[in-house]
Amino acid sequence: MVNGDAVFYSRLLTELTLSFHIIYATIGVGVPLMIMIAQWVGIRKNDEHYILLARRWARGFVITVAVGVVTGTAIGLQLSLLWPNFMELAGNAIALPLFMETFAFFFEAIFLGIYLYTWDRFEDQRKHFLLLIPVAIGASFSAVFITMVNAFMSSPRGFDLVSGELVNINPVLAMFTPAMPTKVSHVVVTAYMTAAFVLAAIAAFRMLRGSDHIYHKKALFLTMKLGLIFAIATAIIGDFSGKYLAVYQPEKLAAAEWHFETEGDASLVLFGLLEGEEVRYGLELPYALSILAHGNPRSEVIGLNDFPADELPPLYIHYLFDLMVTIGMALTLLSLIYVAAKWRGWKFIESRWFRWLIVLGGPLSLVAIEMGWWFTEVGRQPWVLRGIMRTEEAATTSGQVDLMLILFAGLYLILGIGSIVVLTRMFRRNPVEQELADREAERGGGRA
Amino acid sequence: MTLEIVGISVLWMFLFGYVIIASVDFGAGFFNAYSAFTNKEHVLTNIIQRYLSPVWEITNVFLVFFFVGAIGFFPKTAFYYGTALLVPASIAIVLLAIRGSYYAFATYGARISHKGYIYMYGLAGLLIPAAWSTVLTISEGGFIYLENGAPVLDYWALFSSPLTWSIVVLALSAVLYISAVFLTWYARKAGDDRASDLLRKYSLIWSVPTIVTATGIIVELRAHNEEHFANLIGLWWVFALSALLFFGTVFLLWKRRNYGMAFILLVGQFFLAFSGYGVSHYPYLLYPYLTLYDGFTNEAMAIALIIAFLAGFALLLPSLYLVLRLFLFDKDYVQGKSDYHV
Ligand code: HDD
Ligand code: HEM
Ligand code: HEM
Repeated sequence: MVNGDAVFYSRLLTELTLSFHIIYATIGVGVPLMIMIAQWVGIRKNDEHYILLARRWARGFVITVAVGVVTGTAIGLQLSLLWPNFMELAGNAIALPLFMETFAFFFEAIFLGIYLYTWDRFEDQRKHFLLLIPVAIGASFSAVFITMVNAFMSSPRGFDLVSGELVNINPVLAMFTPAMPTKVSHVVVTAYMTAAFVLAAIAAFRMLRGSDHIYHKKALFLTMKLGLIFAIATAIIGDFSGKYLAVYQPEKLAAAEWHFETEGDASLVLFGLLEGEEVRYGLELPYALSILAHGNPRSEVIGLNDFPADELPPLYIHYLFDLMVTIGMALTLLSLIYVAAKWRGWKFIESRWFRWLIVLGGPLSLVAIEMGWWFTEVGRQPWVLRGIMRTEEAATTSGQVDLMLILFAGLYLILGIGSIVVLTRMFRRNPVEQELADREAERGGGRA
Repeated sequence: MTLEIVGISVLWMFLFGYVIIASVDFGAGFFNAYSAFTNKEHVLTNIIQRYLSPVWEITNVFLVFFFVGAIGFFPKTAFYYGTALLVPASIAIVLLAIRGSYYAFATYGARISHKGYIYMYGLAGLLIPAAWSTVLTISEGGFIYLENGAPVLDYWALFSSPLTWSIVVLALSAVLYISAVFLTWYARKAGDDRASDLLRKYSLIWSVPTIVTATGIIVELRAHNEEHFANLIGLWWVFALSALLFFGTVFLLWKRRNYGMAFILLVGQFFLAFSGYGVSHYPYLLYPYLTLYDGFTNEAMAIALIIAFLAGFALLLPSLYLVLRLFLFDKDYVQGKSDYHV
């Protein structure tokens, strides 16, 4: 009954939709917090620049939210369209957070609508600021709830399995699986980190384009400071994620590290090439794997050879993991150098090459997000619900998935190009200098 | 009241909310495209930007709420409808994307106001209800059959059935009718008499096909699904009441009186008809394969979902009220005297 083509194309379409959605979703989770911080700083310091920063970010945010909503609706429906058997089974146990997520969206959408349409409407600016809190909470909680669903897929809990049926279901336990704490916190924190580096990249880019207004300098310093904080948090929580894997999904960790024999004193290999069970040209960090897995350089890490061959994920996830970690380390270092240099008054951070590095940080953090998700999802294979349902059993039996793949690929292409064109046009037509001058004139006019 | 009934009532309520709010949105897009076509722009464009842009995401959440809730309360619907609806639902997603991107790219983005985009936006608003309404047709049974235990949709039977097409026509005229009545009222509040008169004309025009097809469908159901037909007739008084409200709306519009009340009567009319239809469908979610009872989730999940729903609702109701106050009942905003867009 398994329909190979349908499985293959369903996978491709899920990968495509999620990889596209996650870009907008991550920005959607992170940017409201950044807007909130900027606006708060602006109100506290009574500094027009930060308020304008918040306002301009919010303007761009409207566009990314819209694409996030559209693609999110697509993936929400596609889960049932492409994986009907999975949703039927999982719906019984994990529908609660999925349902709560819609309330989080609701909350966010309502207050975002109000926030966007009430600039300068209140005498007291703090009132307007308050409207942003539910937006940020709604966005972050959507991420929390959807990631709970995803955590359930990695470590299903909260039911008993009796001859293929889920019984004795406990919906609350299903939300709080072993994978949940690390996964949820890592996802939320990486979203904040990504938003900070993306916004920093924009500021740096404007400066490279010759605009040396103090506005951009303030924006860059603020976002780099936030980037540093969240990058450190990311690395710490990422380390806990590794410890989670070592206990609950050891095959994923072993595959990510090309760790074949169960042994202590395990070293961690970065990149390299696999020949048989030998790793060539890799960068070997002695004891690092044992530390990542259990926090102890001597402890034993389970190897791939201890698992049945048909339950192993593809080994290329090694590169996905390494790329994610490398980017995380690089960005931590970059923001650390920047913040330290600001503090010590070092001048090289104002050079062109350093600014280009910051510009690069934006896209790189998005790459890390993609790598992280691909690692998580591909690393769970061959399971869709680990230990319970295999991916090929979950897929639809429809014969038209390939056509839908083409349809959606076209749609995402248009949405992707459209959002980039619209965003660049929006800001090019209305540069900061212009807007600051306009506001100044408006005020002067108002007082006279 | 059993848990099953509570579950389906919650879902039905959100579907009803979506039908009304989305109809306003879809219809407005169509009228806007139509006036662009006949070069009568500006009359409607303003209203669309003032009212629809701030709320379209909220509209969308009603839909998401419905289908996520459906999986939650009735996981088996994922199996039957999910498998069978791949193509129609995918098309609906793409159409929704066109509309969502229009708001983002054309109204608050860089103001791309290419005419082709306006037409696409308007047309998508008609095609979406057409696509969704086929789900109602499919639920009547006779279009899905099981092949090796997997549900398959028989496209030929679906597209050659008169029932399908009358439901499509009903959906379209109802969308335009609901939208026109609401916008007549909104335009009057905005003090835009030209727009209000135009929309009043549209309301009266579209009231005719709405009531004609609605009656026609009841007749056609007799041939298609006798059990459902008999249930409908058993509830004749609900539909009679609904018809009464319909005539009330038309009367008020005709006399140019109290457009606010006209819209309230219209909501009542659709609520009664919609509920009557839903109740008569009981207990089937999909004739003859799936009923409320064998499609239902386990008890623990049902209770958890209902608690989540109540808690969420308590949170949302005041926020929704705030939105309405700011965008619908605030005179200055509606009349365009104040503009506070980011
Ligand atoms: C900006 C993005 C980003 C960065 C810099 C990092 N990660 Fe990450 N990582 C993610 C973005 C991400 C993610 C997209 O958020 C994932 C995918 C799914 C998930 O739960 O989080 C993820 C998953 C993920 C997992 C898998 C969890 C699982 O499958 O259950 C581990 C073990 C790590 N990360 C560890 C790290 C470590 C040790 C990092 C060192 C700095 C790191 N990540 C940086
Ligand atoms: C299978 C996975 C996913 C599903 C089913 C899904 C579903 C959805 C849906 C239905 C929407 C639109 C809601 C609306 O109408 O307002 C949406 C938007 C959104 N999603 Fe996803 N999503 C998924 C993955 C993710 C992930 C992993 C994250 C966060 C890390 C995320 C964060 C968001 C956010 C924040 C929005 C709101 C749009 C915005 O603010 O940009 N989603 N998603
Ligand atoms: C938003 C970030 C996400 C990305 C980029 C992503 C990526 C992927 C990828 C690459 C696959 C294919 C794995 C393979 O076939 O080898 C996949 C599978 C899948 N993912 Fe995710 N995923 C994300 C989040 C989620 C979430 C939050 C859920 C659930 C709520 C989810 C549900 C699924 C399902 C049902 C499949 C299909 C079965 C499977 O291949 O395991 N994904 N995803």
